[in-house]
Amino acid sequence: MSITGSAIGTDKRGIRELGGEEKLGWDEVEQGVVLSSFDGSTENAAFLKPEEREYSDFNSYTATVASWRIIKPVYNRDICIDCQNCWVWCPDTSIISRDKQMLGIDYDHCKGCGVCVEVCPTNPKSLLMFNEASDNDAELAGWPVKEKKEK
Amino acid sequence: MAITSIKNLKEFSTNNDRFEGAHLLCPGCAHSMIVRELMNCTDDNLVISSNTGCLEVSTAVYPYTSWDTSWIHIGFENSATAVTGAEAMYKARKRKGTLKDPDAPVKFVAFGGDGSTYDIGFQWLSGAMERGHDFTYICLDNENYANTGGQRSSATPIGAHTSTAQAGTHSYGKKQKKKDIVSIMAAHGSPYVAQLAPNKWKSMAKGFQKALETEGPCFINTVSACTTEWKFDPKDTIHVTDLATDSLMFPIYEIIDGHELNILYRPKNIIKVEDYLGAQGRYKHLFKPENKHVIERIQSDIDKNWTMLQRREEAKI
Repeated sequence: MSITGSAIGTDKRGIRELGGEEKLGWDEVEQGVVLSSFDGSTENAAFLKPEEREYSDFNSYTATVASWRIIKPVYNRDICIDCQNCWVWCPDTSIISRDKQMLGIDYDHCKGCGVCVEVCPTNPKSLLMFNEASDNDAELAGWPVKEKKEK
Repeated sequence: MAITSIKNLKEFSTNNDRFEGAHLLCPGCAHSMIVRELMNCTDDNLVISSNTGCLEVSTAVYPYTSWDTSWIHIGFENSATAVTGAEAMYKARKRKGTLKDPDAPVKFVAFGGDGSTYDIGFQWLSGAMERGHDFTYICLDNENYANTGGQRSSATPIGAHTSTAQAGTHSYGKKQKKKDIVSIMAAHGSPYVAQLAPNKWKSMAKGFQKALETEGPCFINTVSACTTEWKFDPKDTIHVTDLATDSLMFPIYEIIDGHELNILYRPKNIIKVEDYLGAQGRYKHLFKPENKHVIERIQSDIDKNWTMLQRREEAKI
């Protein structure tokens, strides 16, 4: 079986167009799918904050998994001590943290697993899970108060 | 090499994530915690390859990619082969002077699940270790083929229920012991081999940095709790990993140059293995009276292994 194809280059979707009668030589390989994470120059992303990056449409940052959630975490800035436990253990890169400060939750990428609530060390917790349909401000108003130790 | 500060979590959190959200891993999956931590450990350019497995199928679902670095997937078994090929090409082009930016630091990393590391990709990994390329192989060990429905792998511990080693009236789950991959890799003469866990983020970050800095083939086995196949609630990922390291089911240690073993985490209170087994649905049949002997065997294996590790550390062998 021979592979046919011609070197037209990759199209806009990242897929190399197949077609034509030209056969590939023994030392040629048909390229697979190539997706670029960024538009324009691909500099080392380690030195760019997410808001400074030029994400391409192929980057999953531009997608959302918000529909997976049935419960959501709500963040209370007043109690938070910026320990960053939630940041290091969030599996979905959904804790927005800049300059050693926790800013909030990225609801486009959060799947509502609840790991951040479990690892929160404050009393009462500064992150709690609520029903997806509930209103953040209403839940913040009724936040639990510190439990007194039983003697 | 530009390593990032891991002095405390606040400084660690100033790193810019290069693993994007909206990948399709299960909620609460430990795979992405480990991958994020590796990519936050360094500012260098990374060339990453993944074996087929949960990580690969979930982070590169067309038309999306979750990787902000160079990333390649070829086959089930050969992420080690792919990344060592890239490393050989990088060295050759550096020698010939055809690189665009020859001074930019580059690190080569391969990810594999336990199925592709312990079973299917074992021969390829062993070959790459023997050839001595400068790369780091990270095994995300969730103890079964979670991507295809939870079949047994040679990383599955004795007594666990899997879809191909089912627990029932005639069986207590898998009957064979887990393969000791860390010792096998240390026997290849690798300069740095370690077993790490995501709940101890600092020892894990230190281990990753050491492996990336060390020249030569390094191997790291990481514990990746699987909410779907271990059968626990997604929010308890870190709790279950805590139980795994505190019951010494997964001792955290490193082996340098094939000898010199260092224990990186000693639990203050060593808990009984029942606590770890009881937190997961895949072990619930072991608590029936007729299966008590399996728990006793697991506990005695753990005790023997811990004694062996402590003696090796003392004797520096």
